[in-house]
Amino acid sequence: MDIRRTVEAVWRRESAHLVAALTRLVNDVGLAEDLAQEAFAAALRQWPDEGIPDNPAAWLATVGRRRAVDLIRREQARSDRYAQIASEAHTAMDASEATGALAGAGLTAPLPEPGGDTPDDDTLALVFIACHPVLSRESRAALTLRMVAGLSTEEIARAFLVPPATIGQRISRAKRTLAEAHVPFELPSETELPARLAAVLEVVYLLFNEGYSATSGETWVRRDLAEEAMRLGRRLTAWLPKEPEVHGLVALMELQASRFAARVGPDGEPVLLADQDRSRWDRTLIAHGLAALNRATRLGRPLGPYTLQAAIAAVHARAPSFAETDWEAIAALYEALAQVAPSPVVELNRAVALLHADGAEAALEVLDAIADDPRMRRYHLYGAVRGDVLMRLGRHGEAAEALEQAADLAPTQRERTLLLERAAAAAQRA
Amino acid sequence: MKVMVLVKGTPADEGAPPTTELLEAMTAYNERLVKAGIMLDGAGLKPSAHGARIVFQGGTTSVVDGPFTEAKEIIGGYWIWQVSSLEEAIEWARQCPTDPSGAYGVLEIRPYIEDEDFGEALTPELKEREARMAEQVRAQRGEA
Repeated sequence: MDIRRTVEAVWRRESAHLVAALTRLVNDVGLAEDLAQEAFAAALRQWPDEGIPDNPAAWLATVGRRRAVDLIRREQARSDRYAQIASEAHTAMDASEATGALAGAGLTAPLPEPGGDTPDDDTLALVFIACHPVLSRESRAALTLRMVAGLSTEEIARAFLVPPATIGQRISRAKRTLAEAHVPFELPSETELPARLAAVLEVVYLLFNEGYSATSGETWVRRDLAEEAMRLGRRLTAWLPKEPEVHGLVALMELQASRFAARVGPDGEPVLLADQDRSRWDRTLIAHGLAALNRATRLGRPLGPYTLQAAIAAVHARAPSFAETDWEAIAALYEALAQVAPSPVVELNRAVALLHADGAEAALEVLDAIADDPRMRRYHLYGAVRGDVLMRLGRHGEAAEALEQAADLAPTQRERTLLLERAAAAAQRA
Repeated sequence: MKVMVLVKGTPADEGAPPTTELLEAMTAYNERLVKAGIMLDGAGLKPSAHGARIVFQGGTTSVVDGPFTEAKEIIGGYWIWQVSSLEEAIEWARQCPTDPSGAYGVLEIRPYIEDEDFGEALTPELKEREARMAEQVRAQRGEA
C-alpha cells in the first residue's frame, strides 16, 4: 500500500465536501479551495508519519477551518471583505474555545459529518459553480476536475497534455473570474436549471471524450480521465435522479466505454466497430449503461440528445455482430437525434445507418443535402461514406472520385492509403 | 480500474440475521458508494447451507453439501467498484460498517484481469471460442 496514493484516495473522496463546507464559511469558492488545498498539504505531510486518522473528513475539516480562521484574523485589519465573517468567526471561536473544541460550535457553516457527508446541495452547488457560464469551457473542465473530482494540478495537466503551469494559471484565473463576477454559491433556480445543467453535462462529456478519443501512447492516463467523467456522471444521477439527460449521459459514456479494450489493436492502432472483438466488451459497464438508459427513458419526458445517442450505442451493445446490427432502429434514432440536435455529423451518421439498412438511395439523398456544408467539405469521412453509397448504387466512377477526394483530406497516412486502395478498386469496376 | 470486493465471514457468523442497525448502516454505506459514483454492481448470497461445493482432488470429484462448517472464510456477497487505484478501494472498504458481535470479517479486493494479463496462454483459437461464448451469454441475457 502506497501511503501517498492512500492520502490522495482519501482526498478524492472528501475534497468536494470540504471545499463546499469551506465555501459556506468564507463565502468565496476560490479561497475555500485554497484553504482545502492547505489542509490536503498538511495531510500529505502528517499522515505518512501519524497514520490515516480514523475520521479523515473531520481531520481535514478541522485543519481547513483553522486555516480559515488564521486567514480571517490576518486579513481582518487589511480587508473589509472579510471583516464581517471574521467577527462572526471570533464569536464562534470564543464559544468553541470555551468548550475546548474548535469543532464544537461551528463558525457560520455546518460541519462536515464524519465520513464527509455535508448537505448534498452544497456539493452539487459546487458542481454548478465550477461549470458556471462566466467561465470558459476549458476553465470549467479544469475547475471541475480540481474541485469536484479532487485531482491535482499535475494530474489535470497530464490529462489535457499541457504543462502544469498552464493548468495552474487556468484555475487561478477561473477563481478570480468567479470572485469578480460575484457568482453566488447556490443551486440554480428552476428556470435556470435546464441551461445550467446542460453546461454541467457538456463539461462531463467533454472530459469523457478527452479520455475516450485518446491515441495509443497516452491511453493509460486518458482512460483514467474517461473513468473520472463516468464517475462524475454517476454522482450527478444520485443528486438529480429526475433529470433524464443525466441518466442518458451516464448510459452513453458507459456504453461507449464498454468498448475500451476492443477499440485498440495490439500495436495501438484503432479498430473499427465492424472489426471489434465483441467478447472484449465490458459486460458490467454494458449492463450498468443499459440500466441507466432505461431510467432515462422511463422518466417519460421527450428524449434528449444524450439519451438518444445512448440508445444508439445500446443498439450496438445488444448486437451479437456488426452484420446483425438493427440498422433500421439506428437510422430511426439518428432521425430523432437530428430533430433535437441537428448537425451535419448526425446526418452523415444517419446516412451510414441507412446504407447498412439497405437504403442506399435514401442515404445518398441525406448526403446530397449536406454536400455543401463547409465542415463536410473538409471531412474525409464524408467522401468515404459517399464513395461506399455510390458503389452500392453501381456508380463506380463517381465512387472512385469521392474516395480520392476523401484520401486527400485523410488525417493519417494509414487512412489515406486505405482510401486510395478503395478508390483504385472502384475505378477498376467503372 | 474495476475491482471486485468479496465480502467474507466465518461459518460461525453465518445465518444469524443482521440487526436493523447493521442493515441501516449498510444501506447508508451503499448509498454513499452510489453517490460517489464508484458502485457498478453488487449482490448478497444466501448462507452456505443453501449451497454446495464440488471438490476436485487427485483425479476424483466429490460433492459436499453446505453448510461449509470446515471453511475458514465464506463468501457472503460482492460489490463491483470502479475506482482510480487499489488504495482508493482500500479506503472505501475500510469505511464499511461492521457487526460488533461478528467474530471475524474480511473484505477482499481483487482487480479485474485485463486481456493482456493472460499473455501467450490465450491462443487465437481460445479467443475465438470466448467471443462465441460471449455472444451466447448476450443472447441468453436478452441483450442480443
